Amino acid sequence: MIFILNNDTVVIKDMGTFRMRTTRTVLVGAVIAAASLGSVASASAEGEVNIYSFRQPFLIQPMLDAFSKETGIKTNVVFTDQGLVERLKAEGLNSPADVVLTVDVARLTELAKADVVQPVSSPVLDENIPKNFHDPDDLWFGLTTRARAIYASKDRVPKGTITSYDDLTDPKWKGKVCSRPGDHSYNIGLLGAMIEHVGVDAARTWLEGVKANLGQKPAGADRNQVKAIMEGICDLALANTYYMGAMLADPEQRAWAESAYMVFPDLDGHGTHINISGMAMTKSAPNKENALKLMEFLSSDEAQALYAEVNHEYPVKPGVPRSDLVASWGEFTADTIPLAKIAAHADEALRLVNETGFNEGP
Amino acid sequence: MPPIGVLAQQARRNWRWSPSVWTLGAAGAALIVAIPVVAVVVMALMPGDPTIWPHLAKTVLPTYVINTLFLMTGVGLGTFLIGTGTAWLVTLYRFPGSRLFEWALLVPLSVPAFIIGFTYTELLDYAGPVQGTLRTLFGWSSPQAYWFPEIRSLGGAVAMMTLVLYPYVYLLARSAFLEQSQCTLEVSRTLGCTPWQGFRRVALPLARPSLAVGLALVLMETLNDYGTVKLFGVQTLTNGMYNIWLIMGNRAGGAQVACVLLLFIMGLIILERWARAKKAYQNTGTRMRPVEGKRLTGLRAGFASLACALPVLLGFVVPASVLARNAVLRLSDSWTPAFVGYATNSLGLSLTAALVALSIGLFMAYAVRLGKGETLKWFTRLASLGYAIPGTVLAIGILAPFGAFDNAVDRFMRETFDISTGLLLSGTLFALVFAYVVRFLALSYGTVEAGLGRVRPTVDMAARTLGCGPGKVLLRVHLPIIKGSLLTAILLVFVDCMKELPATLLLRPFNFDTLATHVFQFASSEQIEQAALGALAIVAAGLLPVILLSRSIAQSRDWSRQTGDQSPG
Repeated sequence: MIFILNNDTVVIKDMGTFRMRTTRTVLVGAVIAAASLGSVASASAEGEVNIYSFRQPFLIQPMLDAFSKETGIKTNVVFTDQGLVERLKAEGLNSPADVVLTVDVARLTELAKADVVQPVSSPVLDENIPKNFHDPDDLWFGLTTRARAIYASKDRVPKGTITSYDDLTDPKWKGKVCSRPGDHSYNIGLLGAMIEHVGVDAARTWLEGVKANLGQKPAGADRNQVKAIMEGICDLALANTYYMGAMLADPEQRAWAESAYMVFPDLDGHGTHINISGMAMTKSAPNKENALKLMEFLSSDEAQALYAEVNHEYPVKPGVPRSDLVASWGEFTADTIPLAKIAAHADEALRLVNETGFNEGP
Repeated sequence: MPPIGVLAQQARRNWRWSPSVWTLGAAGAALIVAIPVVAVVVMALMPGDPTIWPHLAKTVLPTYVINTLFLMTGVGLGTFLIGTGTAWLVTLYRFPGSRLFEWALLVPLSVPAFIIGFTYTELLDYAGPVQGTLRTLFGWSSPQAYWFPEIRSLGGAVAMMTLVLYPYVYLLARSAFLEQSQCTLEVSRTLGCTPWQGFRRVALPLARPSLAVGLALVLMETLNDYGTVKLFGVQTLTNGMYNIWLIMGNRAGGAQVACVLLLFIMGLIILERWARAKKAYQNTGTRMRPVEGKRLTGLRAGFASLACALPVLLGFVVPASVLARNAVLRLSDSWTPAFVGYATNSLGLSLTAALVALSIGLFMAYAVRLGKGETLKWFTRLASLGYAIPGTVLAIGILAPFGAFDNAVDRFMRETFDISTGLLLSGTLFALVFAYVVRFLALSYGTVEAGLGRVRPTVDMAARTLGCGPGKVLLRVHLPIIKGSLLTAILLVFVDCMKELPATLLLRPFNFDTLATHVFQFASSEQIEQAALGALAIVAAGLLPVILLSRSIAQSRDWSRQTGDQSPG
């Protein structure tokens, strides 16, 4: 030690041993940590497929279990609600992830834009999934669809009164419309579709009209808006279709669902706005074959029927029956606009939400 | 023989000129911990969409800023009043339940903000039991018939955060009050101060450094909260950041807002330090008589009990009861064999992170004390800024450098030895512990720094003249004196790690869940009832360390009372 000075000779020595001891402790700790991590890092051995999921595990587990049962391939999952694109980017070509599962077409296009997924050419996928639910370059595929519906009070809104999204702006519903915040991806998706069909200005007018009719400040998620119908705060609420099924299955939320009926509103003659949940194969995919097997399985009759049954979503594969409950909601015309076009308007849609001050409420 | 002060000054000067192992080690640790913060700043400097800021300024930015300021002011004031008020009461007075409140006042700390928000929404919204009872009592039949405060509002968010964050202020205020000598207060009384004046003009200024730390922690936590403001639909800067990043897909813009949040906090800290003008307060009397509780009677005792009971009731008992009720109702949904695994993961991770954060915090705080150099102080401040960055952004600040490191090592190993090492750090528990340390170092460092700050420098000087080196002084002199602060630091980091969500979600390995992530997957789909057991476990896990901690603080007080020792701790 070059900086030993007369007064402090003893000092430095003592300090040296102390420092050594801490260093050793830290090292031992690091080794233990590293050893315990080894098991985790080796998750890409044969017979496995690694999934990054924006969807809650309990929503996808039934399908994954069925997959494992059929193929013997183990599934490993990391679920998070945001940031997986950044994680994939940072991990680069060494990323252990094989497949990404997500809702919202904007997320799927974001994966493609970030260049972290690869094109998949599979006759099975081509056959099972209609072309309008593919990325143009086959970088991602839709698995299920869900419609952005209007829930209307059984007691206060006679059937047939509401037929289009525009009805939400009718002044006779002033103080009677509920919606989650405008900057949520489901509303951003709806606005994106609107911008594509009727233009930014008309979309802005619509948003202002809905804002003027709001019964309360937008807060919470879709189910809370339906709950507000039961509470008598609102008569109309924007919410996705599958929530009806989810609420009916929940002892506490059943009453919320039963207070309302669902309408499939029309968007300027194009039908009801739908969004998708989907999948993509990562660029790095260390278990490429298994990943393909999983993707093909998820598009199969069995998995598609499970999606319909468990999550109350609409299968993308033609001919797969809907669950009885979903079927009971009736037929509707879905907007057939290419989904990537909706995603392309996300930025503009958010700006509209900001400009109209939608989230500040009525 | 020159006076001790001069010797000490000389020694100090020597330390500054030749960077000691302490300085180097602390600077190194601070730099490593600061990597994610720096990464966020770098992200903010990347070219983004130049139209975003004008758009924000024209539209929602004023609302964001006003709401954020209101939230910070509200939570700051609320936690200050509750925290110092209750700390003063339980330290200076004896009243029914005062012994119990000493530790019970801490327990709301273990309730995650997004969970308390949920429980109160369930209680207080239209369909909830409170309004239901009112309607039955008064015969109201519709929401239009009467007015009831909306819980999902800015005011509601202030209330929720105040209830779970005031323990930071309470904890630090109480240890500061405990370490003050009774003599100081008695002198103030003989000089004509009323008890209130004694509190305001003597005790409060003496406790100011500790209070500042507590409030800074509260405000940082307020700024990076996303769960509560999202649940309540409150438009804050944090909210705006996520929109820019997630919906507009603009990473630079999001990071820029995160940096604005940082500037907020740095501004506050600098303001406080400037106002304090480098004043430090230590007890220099030769005899330390710990504060003794004065017995309150009658109405006063009743008020004191009520004032202490309310925060505990509202911040802990009520939400815990709601959770317990749901947990019982939904036991079959809540209980899965995997549950024990989640709990073990949470406990193991939190404990590891707490110990690591304490070691680094202690090392840095002591190095700063030894070095007195401004540069090192700035390093440590930079390192503790992680606390003010929203969790997800911080996690990305970790992903990027870790990924770059892993891939660089992999490339090197491939090219040199033809071996692929894959990802060494990314997606491991190490990354997770690192994230916790980066995020919560401010807690351990701040607490230890405040503890050390109350030890007179002459104590070090005396020990050094008696032949102890800096290491020995720390081990033999400081550690026993600041034992309370060390325990506090461990407790704070542990409880916060148990609650941590965004970084855990994004950085964790495959098939790995903690109690918080387990609860979140249900909370994020509005079915938190199904995970009530998990939520209850997070809350309960905070109880044990809280009780242990307060017992040991009480013991250290008894010890100093018995020996009449002058050591302020």
